[in-house]
Amino acid sequence: MNGLIAPWTLAQAGMLGINRRNRKYIGQYNPRSLFPLVDDKRKTRTTLSEAGIPMADLIGVIDEQSQVKRIADLVDGHQGFAIKPAKGSGGKGILIITHKDGEHWVKASGARISRQDLVRHVSNILSGLYSLGGAADVALVESLIHQAPHFNDYTVEGVPDIRVIVCRGYPVMAMVRLSTHASDGKANLHQGAVGVGIDIATGVALAAVQHGQPLSHHPDTNKPLGALTIPDWEALLVMAARCYDVTGLGYLGIDIVVDRDHGPLLLELNARPGLAIQLANNAGLLPRLRRLDALSAADTRLTPEARVARSREWFADQSVFDQAIQTRVQLTE
Amino acid sequence: MKPASALSFYTLIVLLLLAGITLILQRHWVYEVPLFHGETQTVWSVEALVEFEAGNQPVKVSMARPADQEGFTLLRQSGASPGYGLHFIDGPDPRAEWTIRSARGVQQLYFQVDVLESDMADSQLVAPPPLTEPDWQEPYEIAIQRLTRESWEASADNFSFARELIKRLTEEESPQHILLLKRAYNGRLPALLAEILNYSSVHAAVVYGLELEDRRRRQLLTPLLRVWDGDDSKVFRLDEMKDESLLASEEPKPLLLWEQRGASVLDVIGGENSRIRFSMLRREESTYSALNDSLPLQSSLLNFSIHSLPVAEQAMFKTILLLPVGALVVCLLRILVGIRTSGTFMPVLIAIAFMQTSLGTGIVGFILVVAAGLIVRGYLSRLNLLLVARISAVIISVIAIISLFSVLSYKLGLTEGLKVMFFPMVILAWTIERMSILWEEEGGREVMIQGGGSLVTAVLAYGAMQHPLVQHLTFNFMGVQFIVLALVLLLGSYTGYRLFELRRFAVLKR
Repeated sequence: MNGLIAPWTLAQAGMLGINRRNRKYIGQYNPRSLFPLVDDKRKTRTTLSEAGIPMADLIGVIDEQSQVKRIADLVDGHQGFAIKPAKGSGGKGILIITHKDGEHWVKASGARISRQDLVRHVSNILSGLYSLGGAADVALVESLIHQAPHFNDYTVEGVPDIRVIVCRGYPVMAMVRLSTHASDGKANLHQGAVGVGIDIATGVALAAVQHGQPLSHHPDTNKPLGALTIPDWEALLVMAARCYDVTGLGYLGIDIVVDRDHGPLLLELNARPGLAIQLANNAGLLPRLRRLDALSAADTRLTPEARVARSREWFADQSVFDQAIQTRVQLTE
Repeated sequence: MKPASALSFYTLIVLLLLAGITLILQRHWVYEVPLFHGETQTVWSVEALVEFEAGNQPVKVSMARPADQEGFTLLRQSGASPGYGLHFIDGPDPRAEWTIRSARGVQQLYFQVDVLESDMADSQLVAPPPLTEPDWQEPYEIAIQRLTRESWEASADNFSFARELIKRLTEEESPQHILLLKRAYNGRLPALLAEILNYSSVHAAVVYGLELEDRRRRQLLTPLLRVWDGDDSKVFRLDEMKDESLLASEEPKPLLLWEQRGASVLDVIGGENSRIRFSMLRREESTYSALNDSLPLQSSLLNFSIHSLPVAEQAMFKTILLLPVGALVVCLLRILVGIRTSGTFMPVLIAIAFMQTSLGTGIVGFILVVAAGLIVRGYLSRLNLLLVARISAVIISVIAIISLFSVLSYKLGLTEGLKVMFFPMVILAWTIERMSILWEEEGGREVMIQGGGSLVTAVLAYGAMQHPLVQHLTFNFMGVQFIVLALVLLLGSYTGYRLFELRRFAVLKR
């Protein structure tokens, strides 16, 4: 139990609440008509590929119940793959297979599933089990992403993904989500994944939380999270910033993974990004967002590179890990 | 989408509030509807709907209508039926008579009466009807004579004689001769009793009463036995003696005698397939306006209220008008507190079900049905079914579970359990489906959080909608709806923190 924090203390820290996010940022910057673009991953794929933003290879799409039996043939020859509902949200319904073992497929968690389980999963996706309001859906099959070696010490069972909040084309705040045993290999914060805030200026870890509580080491691998650095940071930010030009959404959460062979790949877009990123950064979004609210329309039309350069200058932050190290140094002295 | 300016938004809020307050005050001052519950008297509006098929010939419809009686004072009555001549006949058997030269097709005639519930014990004397001569066949006559003899010997006066007869005829285990009668007169016991009493020179008749219960529609009359002793008379309810256990758990409902002297309730000449149905509604009125004949005012065009609608529609509206209050509670809990529920307005529907079942029964029933449903759904998920079929299967299971609980609780003597059937079953099935998926994906904890959140929201919404003052205000003052709308709009523009966020972000305190 943390007790309660006074609302004025929160306001002073510049924390963004759900009500303000919904009304002020999503309501104002994200026109309803653009939502289908991000809520349907198939559309996201088409739009982003046309713009040349790299994504994981598409193995195939299953869009009819009569085709679900085809799934086994479709993935035949692929070592690892991921099956996703096109309209799923919050990582629901995503099945990740790392390799095949005889007649069975092996999930990221190590659990084995049969051909029948696979067919059932696809059938569930098509009938709308994971989509908003139970609407009919299609299943996307993508090739597996291989984790970049930078993250080997910081994750179990799943590939970490990097969430960047982009407001009016400017990257505002970022975090990397590390899966844990507790989160069952899923990079979902409320399922127990670790969220590590990343400095927009440098790509270096700032602070970390799990279950809403701060921590300094990965709970499973026990490696210090303060040493985490994201490779290709500038390229990654530019990629995130470009999503604004492609989609037109002014308040966007962008999920990126770093692949061993292909570098940064775009995973998905989110028009209603969550607020936990503030806890992972130990900083509120509001002061940064207010700075962007004041920008002119011309500022939002700068090149992605120019916007990223401004963001890196404006939104540099101090690592709490450094502070912790400094305090420790002082104590030993 | 261009957001409206803050000025026009607040102007709208102020206008809504002003309109709401004006309407409330207008109804309070002009129609003298009290603002608070309590300084009032209970008035029942009862509407009879007569339906029949006319065959293109002159039609004459004669219907019994109620008169002042013990417990009720007649305030006003009116009939509506386009083209018909309507005539009220007074006297010992008050009736309403509709006449028309020619009518064709299904006809609907309305008769509405407002009665005041009063404790004044000036029981109106009703003259006894003439004695009638029964016409019985063998072997019933012998059985009746024996029953009459036994009851007569065990009684002192007309009323105790009637009571003895009723007791013998409604007992679970009866001797051979009474069994024979019960079988022959199955469902017509009041008529048989009246015949027996008349045969013994006791004035008696089958009269028809209406159980008054707020917001009931399409109700039927209950046959009752009325027995006279000189000018004094008593009404006996047969079901009361039979199902004492069933009725013991409930408050006795007020009983309005629609017909008092054994005359027919409805006679239709020139039509067929006639039937009569009743709707009723409870209202609180100030003493002044209740006694004042304000019906013409109520139905004027300028009267911005639903009280000019037929009673059946008003009864429906009484519940519908409570929904905004439930929605307001949901808004408060979600926007200001941040409670998570399974389905945004599902809790309001559950709260309405609670209003029918009473709170304790409702909560226990809800938890039992959802828990049992989750177990069934757990099995269904292993069958690898398509979604629509699976939800249909869950709906059927929910109905089966509810039936099972009803039967079980009835057998165990818990008549409260019968009320689980008021639950909205399709909504429950969806709730079960959603919770089951939530369980598979996020684990039992999230199910408890959302299920608990839904239940807490439902209980609070129930608390608000069940409150007599809230029910009184929403039904009697349309202005309240404007104020609720203004509040909901205001809540929709709230951008501050939610109560739960104050805890979620509390780690920042360090």
